[in-house]
Amino acid sequence: MALKYDLQEVEVWDGNYAASHALRQAQVDVVAAYPITPSTPVVENYGQFVADGYVDGEFVMVESEHAAMSGCVGAAAAGGRVATATSSQGFALMVEVLYQASGMRLPIVLNLVNRALASPLNVRGDHSDMYLGRDAGWIMLDAFNAQEAYDMNLCAFRVGEHMDIRLPVMVNQDGFITSHTAQNVRPLSDEDAYKFVGEYVPVEEMLDFSRPVTYGAQTEEDWHFEHKARQHKALIDARPVIENVFAEFEKVSGRKYNRVESYLTNDAEVIIVALGTTVESARVAAQYLRDNEGIKAGVVAPRVIRPFPFDAIRTALENCKAIGAMDRSAPGGALGMLFNEVSAAVYTISSRPLVTNYIYGLGGRDLTMEQIKDIFRDLKKNVDAGYITTKIQQFIGLRGPKLEFFETRRS
Amino acid sequence: MVEIRWHSRAGQGAVTGAKGLGDVVSTTGKQVQAFALYGSAKRGAAMQAYNRIDDEQIITHEKFMLPDFVLVIDPALAFTDNITMNDKASTKYIITTHLGKDELVSQLPELQDKKDRVFVLDCMQISLDTIGRAIPNTPMLGAFIKISAMFELDYFLDRMKKVLSKFPQKIIDSNMQAIIRAYNEVK
Repeated sequence: MALKYDLQEVEVWDGNYAASHALRQAQVDVVAAYPITPSTPVVENYGQFVADGYVDGEFVMVESEHAAMSGCVGAAAAGGRVATATSSQGFALMVEVLYQASGMRLPIVLNLVNRALASPLNVRGDHSDMYLGRDAGWIMLDAFNAQEAYDMNLCAFRVGEHMDIRLPVMVNQDGFITSHTAQNVRPLSDEDAYKFVGEYVPVEEMLDFSRPVTYGAQTEEDWHFEHKARQHKALIDARPVIENVFAEFEKVSGRKYNRVESYLTNDAEVIIVALGTTVESARVAAQYLRDNEGIKAGVVAPRVIRPFPFDAIRTALENCKAIGAMDRSAPGGALGMLFNEVSAAVYTISSRPLVTNYIYGLGGRDLTMEQIKDIFRDLKKNVDAGYITTKIQQFIGLRGPKLEFFETRRS
Repeated sequence: MVEIRWHSRAGQGAVTGAKGLGDVVSTTGKQVQAFALYGSAKRGAAMQAYNRIDDEQIITHEKFMLPDFVLVIDPALAFTDNITMNDKASTKYIITTHLGKDELVSQLPELQDKKDRVFVLDCMQISLDTIGRAIPNTPMLGAFIKISAMFELDYFLDRMKKVLSKFPQKIIDSNMQAIIRAYNEVK
């Protein structure tokens, strides 16, 4: 029986430590992990909890991230509650098994502490790894600070293990900016946290020898399509379930989450759409511009990246006039992911706001408040002109000559 | 919002110091942020750590700041780091050095017009005398409490004891001594 861990009402935790405590409180059966910066402390802290007797579950050290996720798949198929953590190259090495996990409908929780992908080698935060995983069939949640890294982990178990979903869930947080920044965090008590997450209920577990089952079977053109379609349907249909879990979480924590978070958007003319800590920094800039420059600025952020909140983001952006979609990932010869997905969503409403794309913060490059204000000012210019006055894609905070691409075609 | 920048070498405890300060300050009901600019930095490499303290939840995540306090916990960094970077007309400096204040400032042209905002003490010697190792972060906390006047010394010591409660009594006592000495010696 695990020892009781004394918690204060307010702790000063970084995002990694917050995630470790959430895993401890969820009474995970198996953590199989291979540490990598900046997610290392999630694994390190959890290992310490195990060594100190605060955890009853198993901690499995493996030889690679591919093995870590494979261990998670095995343990989840056997019938256990399973979690792990990784970043960047480690995540890249896991990718093959990520698709296996979602295809086998195993509710594993993965803490993805976002970091740039090499080359050049870089340990700092951007969203390259998050974007790499977005078609893997996982539910993807995004935390904007350490408190949310804790909260999203608890919600992740509830969402992934829900009988109508049974899918793995990634919890993203910004490498270093969240993972290594200590802030005030209000944890739930161990009892309340476990009560919220609930007892693990296995489905088709391999350790039930009275009912043998197969995982990872082969299907060719006869059934593969049907499997993948069902998986997609489960993801899309997860939307109301996620909303219910967030509503339940509000009851125990007082903290309300939504599939799409909106700040200062009621009368907003110009809106930044972003992910991670940028969402919070942009709120500061939006408030400043409202108070000092009369720019009606707002911020919209997908809390749930997958299933992509096509419906909710459209509603959130319906009444604005210009949108800056900010992508913290090298777009690899295209417009950024948020630009593409947000544009597609708002293309289906008649107001058709002007959407532009900002690439920023690669490899941990600081995004300053002044830069965010300038983006809002750009957007305001677009509103006043009635068309996109800048290039459609701009790089922000880059050394050297301005890098920007594509123009609006006006007849 | 109060913003603090620590100049340190990896391994000297600036991150621990910044987090310790955050821990203590959070018990007063304030909101805190403690972070560092490091990554694969090796022991001895110059690095910076940061604190933000406010009454409201801190939601800015830019690394850039205009510090109210600059805490230098390695003596050589006053000479090799740009410690006045992004400072304000009110920024206060607390610098660990074995030199007297006049001697230090005379060797650092960038501090000459800020002399009334420069405070010095020898965190290295204090930590060697009290803790037995060159861990300059704890003395710096004592000096910061004095110069910032953010808390009464006794109140801070009491809170710090709670933060350190999982350590053996001997370590707690020596840290308390380091804080008290630094509080009294900074000038």
